[in-house]
Amino acid sequence: MFRQAINRLCFSLLLLLTAPQVFADYSWNFPEPVTPMALDTLHVHNKFMLIVAVIFVVVLAIMIYSIFKHRKSAGYQAVADKAPSTFSEIFWTLIPFIILLLIDFVIMGIPAYHSVVMMEDTRNESHLVLKVTGSQWRWQYEYMGNTDKGIEAGIEDAKGIKFVSNLSTPQDQIDGTVAPVNDPEKPYLLDVDNRLVLPVGAKVRILMTSTDVLHNWWVPQFGSSRLAVPGFIRETWVQVEKPGTYRGQCKELCGKGHGYMPVVVDALPAEEYKAWVIAKKEEMASADAGADKEWTKEDLVAEGKAVYEKNCAVCHQVTGAGLPPAFPAITGSKISLAPIFGADGKYLPDSHLDRVLNGKGIMPAWKATLNDTEIAAVITYERNALGNNVGDVLQPSQVKAARQ
Amino acid sequence: MEIKNEELSPAQTRHLANKKLGFKMLWIVAGSLLFAFALVPLYDVLCTITGLNGKTVTTASQLENAKVDETRWVTIQFTSSVMPGLGWNFYPKQASIKVRPGQVETVLFEAKNITSQVVAGQAIPSVSPGQAAAHLKKIECFCFQRQELKAGETKLMPLRFFVSNDLPVDVKEMTLSYAFFKSKD
Amino acid sequence: MSTTTVAHHDEHADHPTGIMRWLTTTNHKDIGTMYLTFSLIMFLVGGAMILGIRAELFQPGLQLMKPDFYNQLIGVHALIMIFAALMPAATGFANWMIPLQIGAPDMALPRLNNWGFWLLPPSAILLTLPFTLALFGIGDGAMATGWTFYPPLSVQGGFGVDFAIFAVHLLGISSVLGSINIIVTLFNMRAPGMTLMKMPMFAWGWLITAFLLIATIPVLAGAVTMLLTDRHFGTHFFDAAGGGDPILFQHLFWFFGHPEVYILLLPVWGFIPQILQTFSRKPMYGYKAQVYSLWAIGALAVVVWAHHFFTAGLPVPALLYFMYSTMAISLPLAVLFFCWIKTMWRGSMSFETPMLFTVGWIILFGIGGLTGLVLADVAADAQYHNSYFVVAHFHYTLFAGGIMGIMAGVYYWLPKMTGHMYNETLGKWHFWLTAISFNLTFIPQFFLGLAGMPRRIPDYALQFAEFNAISSVAAFVLGLSQLLFVYNIISTVKGGKKATDQVWEGAEGLEWTLSSPPPYHSFSEQPVIK
Repeated sequence: MFRQAINRLCFSLLLLLTAPQVFADYSWNFPEPVTPMALDTLHVHNKFMLIVAVIFVVVLAIMIYSIFKHRKSAGYQAVADKAPSTFSEIFWTLIPFIILLLIDFVIMGIPAYHSVVMMEDTRNESHLVLKVTGSQWRWQYEYMGNTDKGIEAGIEDAKGIKFVSNLSTPQDQIDGTVAPVNDPEKPYLLDVDNRLVLPVGAKVRILMTSTDVLHNWWVPQFGSSRLAVPGFIRETWVQVEKPGTYRGQCKELCGKGHGYMPVVVDALPAEEYKAWVIAKKEEMASADAGADKEWTKEDLVAEGKAVYEKNCAVCHQVTGAGLPPAFPAITGSKISLAPIFGADGKYLPDSHLDRVLNGKGIMPAWKATLNDTEIAAVITYERNALGNNVGDVLQPSQVKAARQ
Repeated sequence: MEIKNEELSPAQTRHLANKKLGFKMLWIVAGSLLFAFALVPLYDVLCTITGLNGKTVTTASQLENAKVDETRWVTIQFTSSVMPGLGWNFYPKQASIKVRPGQVETVLFEAKNITSQVVAGQAIPSVSPGQAAAHLKKIECFCFQRQELKAGETKLMPLRFFVSNDLPVDVKEMTLSYAFFKSKD
Repeated sequence: MSTTTVAHHDEHADHPTGIMRWLTTTNHKDIGTMYLTFSLIMFLVGGAMILGIRAELFQPGLQLMKPDFYNQLIGVHALIMIFAALMPAATGFANWMIPLQIGAPDMALPRLNNWGFWLLPPSAILLTLPFTLALFGIGDGAMATGWTFYPPLSVQGGFGVDFAIFAVHLLGISSVLGSINIIVTLFNMRAPGMTLMKMPMFAWGWLITAFLLIATIPVLAGAVTMLLTDRHFGTHFFDAAGGGDPILFQHLFWFFGHPEVYILLLPVWGFIPQILQTFSRKPMYGYKAQVYSLWAIGALAVVVWAHHFFTAGLPVPALLYFMYSTMAISLPLAVLFFCWIKTMWRGSMSFETPMLFTVGWIILFGIGGLTGLVLADVAADAQYHNSYFVVAHFHYTLFAGGIMGIMAGVYYWLPKMTGHMYNETLGKWHFWLTAISFNLTFIPQFFLGLAGMPRRIPDYALQFAEFNAISSVAAFVLGLSQLLFVYNIISTVKGGKKATDQVWEGAEGLEWTLSSPPPYHSFSEQPVIK
């Protein structure tokens, strides 16, 4: 028995002694840091882990010595502590107390203080402001524009750009009907349709909020994580110093889709960032223009299927059967079959369009996240597919009118 | 107790003493239950004083002294969220402004009811960084009471406020956010 | 500590037999036995749930369950392990051993004691019933919010949340009743001459636990009650729309939740030194220092709660305060560790199963404590928070520090309780299998957390696959090893080598002066401590 114990303990000792080498290998530690905050966090973490490893090894060594030396089977006779005088007891027990006091409040306490202050330094000298809104189960990004400092630095102003970022892993892989596909370009569960794009080197002040439950926006390589609280605004900051794609996840349990709302950030150099901003703005403008043209039912249904499967299928299921009672079925539902508009040409309360635009309870208000064409398409799809056959067509222009 | 101790057996005396101490302990239980509910208003007070959660006071403030701090600018950004269930559009008319502490400013928000019914909503303010929340003083705000909009009605909602001179110097930038909820009643 | 002669009379006559004995019993040993049995059953139930989880996590992709069901399992696993396995185990020992250790004939409030226990089975049913109802298509299962009940998710949830709230109410009342009983017993029922500072350490651990319980359980009860009214009666304690704040719930919850950690651990810190002195054959070192450290930890426990939600956005002064106060807990803990090891030092140690568990406990709980020290750092906590690093950390404190400690206590006292020696070989096998598979389960989770895997996700990205596979296999070994434990206990209860009164060569204290098993009514005449 004890041979095993020795072997095991020696092995763990060896592991701990090689700890500095282990720390150098990122797959056994935090991923490579790309922001000052993450770098600082890594340093603090390494330092603290080393300290506690040393404490552990020293204490363990004393214990092991005692276990082998002071055992009955080795014939060791117990040496009773001379009824410890109060003085000697205080003296001896103060030693570990003071060692830990020193470690806690000096060796660990001082660097920890500086890290906290740095981490919470959200107020000064940001270049641009980004608003991140968590919803079940997707992130919405809104560029609130450059600050004076950002304008001085000549960063392309992305103000007005606003989009939703959905998990893009195919549904059959998520459901487990197909094995997850190993694609480094589109990693399983960590890829989205619309990535957040940030300029390299810019300090970004990130405002966090939520429209339903608590979420937590976390990219490990950024070292920042902050709770998104519905009705409240919180902030953190990132300054990505290396171009690349960085992936993270929601880290506050937010319901059944909690594991399925990744964060993907592309950090681009200034020029590429500028090109992205211009292209994105054009894309948004042409989507607006698309709302004015007359669409055929087939085109809307085709477009709507894509929108539905990306945004709605998580809850209402690909088939439209829903997951009652929390998520009602689309197929045969009162809302999908009832007329949308009243006699005055205005959409009716609790009509299909009302529910999609404005939401209710767990159902998000899609007017904040989908454009006119997408809303028109998805409603037309829901009314004319998924086992429904209402026959009407909702034009993007009607949605545009309804939401103004 | 009516019965004198001498008349009780030792076991009975002990039993009484145990019961008595047991009931005393119930007072601690009751006290901490009370404490839990007392924490609700206490937390509110604490938040108002320290800005712990970024909430601003929900009643009108008075401009306490008219002295304007000409030495610094504070940038205030405005943002809004319309919560699910409220059929409104709601956004700030200006994305951000620069103010001098002590200077009264008016900013406008626009709300439109896009449904075909009368709808009431309540705006909940939140300020980040939290420590600035206590220094953003509102003289007049649409968030002090619930707002009602007729079908299709558009309304400009003004906010008159000033930033207190006591705002810590290192706060140069803050964000005021309004989350508009559908009124429950 | 020496005692006068103790009356040994085996009486059987004056209590009902069969099921009525257990339903109506006010005997501290019967109630202790029921608590321990209940705890063991619920330990297996909670363990089965987590094996379901580990099976699902064995490889990426969903194979066995839907995310909803996964979320229900993790939350109910935690509630069961904390409230229905660990706490009743500690209360069971308290019932069995405190009267024996302090020379009392029974607990102070025997009828209360009976009620305290019989609240447990209904609450266990409340916790698990929604699973069964969902099988028949009623409702959507148990609460799926994690054991922390955070609103607004818990406000959204189905009636599983209400069931869990009521279960927590009942469990809370049960532990408050149990605690009051223990406090009164310790204050009023000690043998003549046993001053507070002569009490066995286990009694001290429980006294502080009991005070923590009656001070914090009502806060939890208040918090979940507010949640209930938010859900059904239109209040808005935690709803921004009505002027509430979801974060307030986190403050209330962890005001209870952090002391809860020490509620689970303090009883263990009580009997661990007793086991150490028995098997080191020398008195424990630093009795006073340990008592004061336990008090210090009890006091610090209620002022550090916000370190559970550093990322929720607290002001810098609050962050610093909670960071430093959390680190300060390591000071009394260092004293405790020192005293434990000093007790072993220059003793004459032998390594029967209770001692093996105790030594393993010190090492593994040490890892839990040290990683806790690292977690106190606010900046690095942004990375650790809600990652698998935290999961590994609190399993080192609660499985190693809690359950393995309880197991040490079971092996230590089982011969006294049953009158039979357990099977030593099986016990040693149980220890080594548990210790090794426990480490293989949770060391990979430290690395998973560092690499960025959040907790409470039903499926994960492919780079986490290897560590998860190792962890799952080890978890099954860990789970199955516990069957040895169950078998060993059952066969010891049924029979086996007769245990002596002292059982262990180095055992000291009043409980070892009684026969094994002790008479149904022990200490009809209280011993006098000199």
